[in-house]
Amino acid sequence: MKTQIGTSRRDFLKIAGTTAGGLVIGFNWFSCDSPKMEVLSTEQILAQAKSFNSFLSISPTGDVVIFSPNPELGQNIKTSFPMVVAEELEADWEKVRVVQANLDPEKYERQLTGGSGAMPHSWERLRKAGATAKYLLVAAAAQTWKVAATEITVSKGIISHEGSGKKGHFGEFVAVATTLTAPEEVTLKDKKDFTIIGTPVKNVDAKDLYTGKPMFGLDFQREGMQYAMIQRAPFGMKLVSVDDSAARAVAGVTNVVTFGSSVAVVGTSTWPLLKAKKLLKVNYEPDGVVESSTDHDRLFTELMAKGKAEVKRKDGDVASAFKSAAKIVTAEYQCPFLAHSPMEPENFFAHVQGDKVELVGPTQTPDRARQETAALLGIPPENVSVAITRLGGGFGRRLRADYVVEAVEVSRAINAPVKVTWSREDELTGGAYRPAVRYRFEAALDATGTLVGYKLRGVGMNAGNTTREANFPSGAVDNVLIETIEHASSITTNAWRAPITNFLAYAEQSFLDEVALAAGKDPVDFRLELLNRAKTKPVGELGYDVDRMLGVVKMAKDKSNWGKNPSVKQGFSVYFSHKSYVAQVADIELAGGVPTLKKITAVTDCGLVVNPTGANHQVRGGIVDGMGHAMYTNLTFEAGVPKQRNFDSYRLIRLKEVPEIETHFVDSGFDPTGLGEPALPPTGGAIANAIFAATGRRLRSQPFIEQKEFSDIQLQIKRA
Amino acid sequence: MANFSLKVNGTTHQVEVEDDTPLLWVLRDHLNLVGTKFSCGIAQCGACTVHVNGNATFSCVTPVSSIGNSEVTTIEGLSKDGNHPVQKAWDEVDVAQCGYCQAGQIMNAAAFLEQNPSPTLEEIDNAMNRNICRCGTYPKIREAVALAAKSNQL
Repeated sequence: MKTQIGTSRRDFLKIAGTTAGGLVIGFNWFSCDSPKMEVLSTEQILAQAKSFNSFLSISPTGDVVIFSPNPELGQNIKTSFPMVVAEELEADWEKVRVVQANLDPEKYERQLTGGSGAMPHSWERLRKAGATAKYLLVAAAAQTWKVAATEITVSKGIISHEGSGKKGHFGEFVAVATTLTAPEEVTLKDKKDFTIIGTPVKNVDAKDLYTGKPMFGLDFQREGMQYAMIQRAPFGMKLVSVDDSAARAVAGVTNVVTFGSSVAVVGTSTWPLLKAKKLLKVNYEPDGVVESSTDHDRLFTELMAKGKAEVKRKDGDVASAFKSAAKIVTAEYQCPFLAHSPMEPENFFAHVQGDKVELVGPTQTPDRARQETAALLGIPPENVSVAITRLGGGFGRRLRADYVVEAVEVSRAINAPVKVTWSREDELTGGAYRPAVRYRFEAALDATGTLVGYKLRGVGMNAGNTTREANFPSGAVDNVLIETIEHASSITTNAWRAPITNFLAYAEQSFLDEVALAAGKDPVDFRLELLNRAKTKPVGELGYDVDRMLGVVKMAKDKSNWGKNPSVKQGFSVYFSHKSYVAQVADIELAGGVPTLKKITAVTDCGLVVNPTGANHQVRGGIVDGMGHAMYTNLTFEAGVPKQRNFDSYRLIRLKEVPEIETHFVDSGFDPTGLGEPALPPTGGAIANAIFAATGRRLRSQPFIEQKEFSDIQLQIKRA
Repeated sequence: MANFSLKVNGTTHQVEVEDDTPLLWVLRDHLNLVGTKFSCGIAQCGACTVHVNGNATFSCVTPVSSIGNSEVTTIEGLSKDGNHPVQKAWDEVDVAQCGYCQAGQIMNAAAFLEQNPSPTLEEIDNAMNRNICRCGTYPKIREAVALAAKSNQL
């Protein structure tokens, strides 16, 4: 295929051939006991390499350095992005080194990790980056050998001309290639010719991870650096006064500084700060509404009944449909707030020097960190540098820059480089949670069991729009009313892996099961009937591709042997989010009357699978995450403070609680979409529907283990 | 403040810290061995797992004063070149997602297999249940421990 080269300001081609060496990672690791051979050799390669564009440099030795601009938090982007570049370059993967690029808005667009959006955004750009460099290398070889470029072939970093028998590696043509003018358009490979994409390439950081190399923000150290931890105010409160005398008396504490309602203890290492923080005597007073979970339950009920609703979708005449209905089904579903709880707690290094700031750490949005720092200090954003470390998980928490700006505040106050570290207690009580939401669903069935009316009303605590009004079953029902109600809570919220849909999918897919039961239909047949209606007679705007959703539903029905084994009770769920489609079936066996969750089967359509290993990991990880939080995790509040403060009470799923997970991918022919999120939303619904099929108990709130309907079920998990 | 002489990865180190300082923070902040991770601080997640005389130990709740002459091994000292059977199995299975918990997982698995070289799957599950992985790599952890056990016997 031919593709046009873009001409935007950040177009990577504009810098082609202009700078040697490319980026050097702005890290100053001095802390390592063992020599950093890998990093050193990459730096040595870079020192002699020439830059073809923002994504790649090639050295005369034929070594290829590929820069990965987006933060890596476990979604495997640092492996899959370079695979795409290397594919079009026809590089030898063994000769590829990958370097995490620092924030550079001049070179990269959308340098962030969120919304499962990196791959769909960058797919074409990465391919063009590789293809353009290959074009230049081939042109240089043609010029050197005095042969036609069309007669030259490239494979695994070797350029060949069959007619003359000439052969050479990339490095031999780098000097000439980088003097040539980049083409207006390049030819991209046919997908059937891919040799790297679609193969199971291992994590490029594996060895460093398994030998304990410093890679994460929390591992960063700088000579002269101070450490800090921060005491933050409860939600809805503000600081009145602080007695820091006991904290200051702890050996190793060098300072205590206050900004806003936060009190930072500063010292020469971490342990004294963990102790000193507990010795702070801080007085707070209400600064608005101080909320508890009992207030939220009351608010949900009040607002559901008479809150000011914003209409998100209205198709047909809902009032008439419900008036003439043969049967009406109504149910309410509710989820709690949740923390993100990445294994690496929030942390950031900041060094403010006059009107310049150096930032190093784990962030999903390096540019937001830069912008908020610049705004705080009143300096130009260009004066703020951001080096992106590997992230020990993110789940949306590190889309915010609050913990970065805090580090800047402390560095400014103490006039020294500082690393701010959050304890687990800080992380669980420090806010920016998945919002608590309650939904009410109403369905109208006619005498034939056809869904003729559908109403959804969501009430959220700082949730924004609690609905996804263009998602299924919208489009399949003639009369639809979808509304959302917002409550401005003092408890801060933020995107949490698969925002909104992480709970909406469970609620909706459980409710559709309730409706199918009322209609006397098999849950899968009922969904197929709806999807076929959306295909033949769509109502209003559809945000999803009906055929792709039908594809995963049918394949999941097939792969799970849906309904074929009477001793296996199954639950079905399907959801579209972040441009991908995932259907899941949970199997529960009733052996000796004890319900045992045996298996979850997942069918995914994420377009072309770039890395089958990575895709499989993302789907299985998403399912474990979806299951864990649906089953076990709760965050409740008392007077503006979470009651669950560490992993002893904030329960995360563990190894023994994970059943067998079987994954399948649909070969749909579409370009790749992201997989960091889409496998999570359907899981809770599949499990809840299987529990209903096995026990007749309908779970309408999370976490399941705290519901009275679940208390005597004794669900067992059978591992593979 | 007191002076402690610690044997870590075969080398003796001198540190001057408070008695109650957890081994985790001595390793990370004083010996620059940051492969051992902080996550919960209360012996719930296992990210801080090291070996003390070969036993998997939560370094976040182990005061430095309790170490004495014991031999401490961290992920940095588990093998010379990342070639411990558990590390090799981790690479073979491609276990990590974010990777933050994996040093603790590997250290737990290595100590477990040292004590139980031919475990059943049930025993693997029981041993590895003490480490949390927020990315949900559990199926791969189970697979890698089983692979390490198998390859160790060849």
